[in-house]
Amino acid sequence: MYDFSKMTGAIHDWLSSIMPNLGVIITEWVIIGLLFLAFFALLGLVLVYAERRIAGFFQFRLGPNRVGPFGMFQTVADTVKLLLKELVGTDRADKFLYNLAPFFLIIAALMAMATIPYGLGLIAYDVNIGLFFMMAISSIGVIGILLAGWASNNKYSMIGALRSGAVIISYELSLGLSSVLAMVLLAGTLNMNEIVMSQQDGWWLFRGHIPAIIAFIVFIITGTAETNRVPFDLTEAESELGAGFHAEYSGIKFAFFFLAEFVNMFIISAIAVTVFLGGWLPIHIPYWEGFNNIMDYIPGPFWFMIKTSGVIFLLMWFRWTFPRLRIDQILTLEWKYLLPISLINLILMAFIVMMGWVF
Amino acid sequence: MGAQIMFYILAAVIVIFSFLAVTSRKVMRATVYLLFVLLATAGLYFTIDYNFMAGVQLIVYAGGIVALIVFAVMLTERIGDKIESPSTMQMIMAALISVIGAGVTISVLLGHDFKQASQDVGQDVAKIGENLLNYGNGGYVLPFEVVSILLLASMIAAIVVAKRKFEN
Repeated sequence: MYDFSKMTGAIHDWLSSIMPNLGVIITEWVIIGLLFLAFFALLGLVLVYAERRIAGFFQFRLGPNRVGPFGMFQTVADTVKLLLKELVGTDRADKFLYNLAPFFLIIAALMAMATIPYGLGLIAYDVNIGLFFMMAISSIGVIGILLAGWASNNKYSMIGALRSGAVIISYELSLGLSSVLAMVLLAGTLNMNEIVMSQQDGWWLFRGHIPAIIAFIVFIITGTAETNRVPFDLTEAESELGAGFHAEYSGIKFAFFFLAEFVNMFIISAIAVTVFLGGWLPIHIPYWEGFNNIMDYIPGPFWFMIKTSGVIFLLMWFRWTFPRLRIDQILTLEWKYLLPISLINLILMAFIVMMGWVF
Repeated sequence: MGAQIMFYILAAVIVIFSFLAVTSRKVMRATVYLLFVLLATAGLYFTIDYNFMAGVQLIVYAGGIVALIVFAVMLTERIGDKIESPSTMQMIMAALISVIGAGVTISVLLGHDFKQASQDVGQDVAKIGENLLNYGNGGYVLPFEVVSILLLASMIAAIVVAKRKFEN
C-alpha cells in the first residue's frame, strides 16, 4: 500500500528548501485550496452527468447524448451556459443576505470535504475529532438555506426554506445517533484515519452484527434527507413550490446551490464508505491470499472512489424509484420511527461492544 | 507566527461583527453578524488546538442556536423593515453601561492570577469523555448530570407547551 504522506512530505521538504517558513505555509494553503476547488468543480460536472445518464437508464431513454462522446461534455456546456447567464435578483430583498446565502452551503461542503481520507496519508485536515468536525461543519449549511429562502422575498422560497430547515434539523439527530455514536462506539475513535485503519480485518458493516446494519440503513435514509434528495426533496418540490428556496437565484448563484447539493451527496456517501465500508482499504476475502495480494496493488484512492460511486449510485437509484413524501410523513418517519430505532440501536451497540462480541 | 496572525484576524472579526450585531437596524442581518462572531470564536479554539471545544462551538452555537434564532426571527412581524433608532438618551445610557461593564470585566481579567487546573485533561476526546463521567476526585459527573436533567426538563416542558390540547 503506497503511503501518500511520502509524496506530500517530499513536496513539503522541497518547498521548505526554497522559501521561508511562512511562505511554505501560505503556498501549501493555496495549493490545497486550489486542489479542492478543482476536485469540487469536477465532482459537480461528473455527478450531474451521471445523474442524468442514470435517470435515462431507469426511465428507458438515453439521457444526454449529443455533446461529445456519450454526451460526456453536456455538463461542461451547461456550466458555460450558467456562467454566462444574467444574474436576476428580487426587488426589495435584502441584497447582502441574498448574495451571502449560497456561500454558506459551498463553504460548509468544501470544509467537510477536507476531513475525508482519500487514501493512506491523503487527508487534508487530519484532526482527532474528524467525524464530529464533519457533522458540526455540515450543520452550518442549513443556515444558508434558511437565509436564501428568507432573503429571496418570495413566499414559495420561504416555504421551501422552512420545510428544509425542519427536515435537516430533525434528521441530523438520527444521522448523529446512528452513524456517529453507534459506529464510534465500535471503532473507539473519532479520527477518520483511525476509523479506516480499524477496519483492516473487515468492514464495520459486517463486523458490527445487526446493530451496524440497522445503523447503515438509518444512515442512508437520513443521509438522503440531509441532502434534500427524493423522496425527501419537498424543499424544492417543483410541482408545488417552483424550485423552493433557490427559486429566485439565477446563473452562477443557482449553480452554487446545485453544486453544493451534489457535493453533499458525495460527502454523505464518503462518510458511509469511511465509517461502514472500510474507506480506501481494498476488498479482502478471508482465506483467499492470492486474491487479497492482487487487490493490495490497486491504490487506495481508486478503492475509495469505487465504493463512494457505489453508494452514490444507491442514492440516485432512490431518486428515480420512490415518490416524494409529504412534510408530515417525513417528520413522522423521523420522530416516531427512525429516532427511537436509532436510540435502541445505540443501546444494543453499547451492549455488544461491552460484551466484546465484535469479531 | 502564523497562529498569531490568525489570532489577530479572528479577533478583529469578532470585535467588528459583535459591534455590527448590536448596531444593525435589520434584525436578520444582526443574526448573521452574530453567527460570524460565533464562527470566529470557534476559529480561536482551533488556533489553540482545542478541537473538541471548537467542534462543540460549531455544532451547538453556529448550527443549533443560530438556526433557532433564525426560526424565531422569522416568526416576528415585519422582519424586513428597519427598526427605528432609539432615543439619544437611551444610546448614551447604553454606551455608558457598556463601557462600565467592559471596564469591570477587563480589569478583573487582567488583575486575576490564573492558575492551571489541577487536572489537565488535554485535547484527547476519550480523556474528555472519561472525565465527564468520572465520579472520583476531580470528576465532572455531577455538573454533567445536573445539566442533563435541566435539558430533559426543558425538553418535556417544550413538548407539554407544544402539545395540542384535546377538547372534551
